[in-house]
Amino acid sequence: MSKNIWVSFSVIVPGVLAIYLISGVRPDIIFKSIIVSAFGSIYGITETLTKSIPLMLCGIGLSAAFKSSIWNIGAEGQLLMGAVGATWIALYVIPNAPRLILLTVMFLSGAIFGALWAFVPAILKIKFNLNEIIISLMMNYIAIEFVNYLVYGPWRSPFEWGFPYSTKFPLNAQIPRFLDTRIHYPTLLLALFLAVFVHILLKRSKLGYEIKVIGENMEAAKYAGLNISRIIVVILLLSGGLAGLAGVGEVAGIHHRLRVASGISPGYGYTAIIVAWLGKLNPLLIIPVSLLFGGLLVGGDSIQVSLGLPGATINFINGLVLIFVMAQGFSNNRIFIKKGRNRV
Amino acid sequence: MGKVIQMKGIVKSFGNIIANNRVDFDLREGEIHGLLGENGAGKTTLMNILYGLYSPDAGEIYIDGNRVDIKSPSDAINFGISMVHQNFKLIQSHTVVENVALGLKGTGFFFPARTVERRIREFSQKYGFKIDPHTPVWQLSAGEKQRVEIVKAFCRNAKVFILDEPTSMLTPAETGELFKLLRLLRVEGKSIILITHKLDEVLEVCDRITVLRGGKKIKTVDINEVNKKDLASMMFDQEISFLGRENRMRKVDKDIILEIKNISVLSDKNLLAVKDVSFNIHRGEIFGIAGVAGNGQKELVEAITGLRRTVNGNIYILGRDVTNVGPREILDKGVAHVPEERIRMGVVPSMSLEENFILRSYNKEPFSDGLFLRYDVISNHAKELISRYKISALDEKSPAITLSGGNIQKLILARELTISPVLIVASHPTQGLDMKSIQQIHELLLKQKEDGCAVLLISEDIQELLSLSDRIAVMFDGRISGIRNTDETTIEEIGMLMVGGGDRV
Repeated sequence: MSKNIWVSFSVIVPGVLAIYLISGVRPDIIFKSIIVSAFGSIYGITETLTKSIPLMLCGIGLSAAFKSSIWNIGAEGQLLMGAVGATWIALYVIPNAPRLILLTVMFLSGAIFGALWAFVPAILKIKFNLNEIIISLMMNYIAIEFVNYLVYGPWRSPFEWGFPYSTKFPLNAQIPRFLDTRIHYPTLLLALFLAVFVHILLKRSKLGYEIKVIGENMEAAKYAGLNISRIIVVILLLSGGLAGLAGVGEVAGIHHRLRVASGISPGYGYTAIIVAWLGKLNPLLIIPVSLLFGGLLVGGDSIQVSLGLPGATINFINGLVLIFVMAQGFSNNRIFIKKGRNRV
Repeated sequence: MGKVIQMKGIVKSFGNIIANNRVDFDLREGEIHGLLGENGAGKTTLMNILYGLYSPDAGEIYIDGNRVDIKSPSDAINFGISMVHQNFKLIQSHTVVENVALGLKGTGFFFPARTVERRIREFSQKYGFKIDPHTPVWQLSAGEKQRVEIVKAFCRNAKVFILDEPTSMLTPAETGELFKLLRLLRVEGKSIILITHKLDEVLEVCDRITVLRGGKKIKTVDINEVNKKDLASMMFDQEISFLGRENRMRKVDKDIILEIKNISVLSDKNLLAVKDVSFNIHRGEIFGIAGVAGNGQKELVEAITGLRRTVNGNIYILGRDVTNVGPREILDKGVAHVPEERIRMGVVPSMSLEENFILRSYNKEPFSDGLFLRYDVISNHAKELISRYKISALDEKSPAITLSGGNIQKLILARELTISPVLIVASHPTQGLDMKSIQQIHELLLKQKEDGCAVLLISEDIQELLSLSDRIAVMFDGRISGIRNTDETTIEEIGMLMVGGGDRV
């Protein structure tokens, strides 16, 4: 424990000092500004909620993957492909369908697109034993460039004065929002429902048991006769599908169009990795952690405006938080090793 | 003879467990001193304290009569104490010279290997140890690796050698060689501490023996004053009755349970590990497989239990061809498997006991209803097995890693026996366990035999095989070098077959 705190402080103190030295703004002012802007006003809170939705969906999916020691780093790409899947339905397949049907099909399509994107590392892993970390990460760049290609190329709208936007979604393809906030609440409710669902899945289901066995001891999984390849595929499909849903939420709930990748996601898929770990891979715990990180993103936007700090400052703070989490895991492992050695 | 080492009133506890309770120990110059006790008696803890790996809670250590404080292994090495661990701490891809040179002082900054090589040759000549100093370590046998460890200690000018279970990885012939070497070292005035739980060994090679039990020192005795029975009664609370061959039930059916026909299996390195092996096991028969580890037993077991594909031949269970059908189907045919590496493969250490009990049947009734698991049923199942097999555990929710080795093995056996197997494949089921657990596991296996189950028992312990098996096959270099009826063979014969009929040594 003491070691853990020491490690954390040895990073946090110089980290905060570095922010001060580079920006010249006192750290307490920065933190206050972040907290006030994210949680100090109704507007701040609604924005925080809005930004927590994709983090929640991606984080829940990642928690299932990480629990089975399958390192899906590709939530960002899976999210973007989900956005593509929804856009395709909304603009090109059934743009005139009634709202309920259209939105349902968009969500389904987004989940399938995200899942298919995750299927690539899955199949390469089980067929050729390729490392899913590398493949899923590389798939992100392909997804980013694919989205950019679509909005600069074939899907570029003729009505947007040359901006790299797709045509605006028809009204029925837009997810309703709560009053005049940007909270696309159906997605939020879906995320909350899925958090509970995946939690039960992990805790009580057969698949959850298999996930745990594979994650904790691959040799035992083989010995027990688990169909490991099938489970790896299922987990990555689930994880990718959830990230895909997040992408649907972003394009259909906020932007109402497909735009360049960096406009759709400021790296939700990556931040969700931190969210999943900080939430101890527990879908229910991921809900409050997503809110916290949603708040950090809102605060990050705000300090750019109010304090004139670079947008990267918030990434920097995210990084510090991640090291906090890692320090915790590190010290846990240490304690575990010691226990093992001490047994007589 | 002077006392090289004296340890007085050593106390060491881990949490609630007192591993060493006011232990006194002394070592004379030029003696081989056996440190005897079952697993968990505190032998290794005591030696780890002497080697500076643990610091004692209380007690004093004297070297050559001077009080010393040993804070780390490098302190211990400076005091002339060296330890040869059970699992060799060598770098596989480096050569013998490089391994010996590692961490050695006084070799010069440049070309340390030259000095070291000279010393290795010096050692080899003196003690008749034939080895090319430039061989990479991974090419060496277990016995040779151990020698490299001893050379390492020698080159560090050790006067005290601590050997932790040195014979556990060796063939009988290699054990003999080791003892020869130890006797030579003794003549040189070196002192040796031999940590072991094998009675025969201490009687063969030691001068004095210190017996530990439950963390306490029972007695230090001269070898001439004791016999095997005395030592056994010191090691254990009550006198242990050794399972004799005559106690064995003789009831072997004609029905063939397992038929292995000309199978060949590849190892992880894609080399032929099992070469054209055939045998049958009958109902109610315990069929032992002897052999030094690494002669294809592991691959054979994995082929039979469906964990490894065969490249040739067929496996039949109750007449049905089950070649390469996968572990789950093999299990469904009624084959239980007690794997060799119980913690790495047999359990999921971080998961609870109840979850470990269903590792092989979580997908079946009554534990699963198809999608979800029934944790109430699972929990009751665990409670029942814990009490029936007398597994000492806090409760069914605690993680498996909290159990001792013997209890983990009982957990695995309990789980495997719930399927009412027709065949049990038990790989080194008692390796590293204490006497009491060994006995319990033997009784469980014999009970299964009585009930008509066939048992394939893989072990390196010839005594164990002789006392349990009806027939013993010996594996050497991937082949069966002989199958003997237990009643018509001897340790010596099996030992010879284990090293390839004696031609190799």
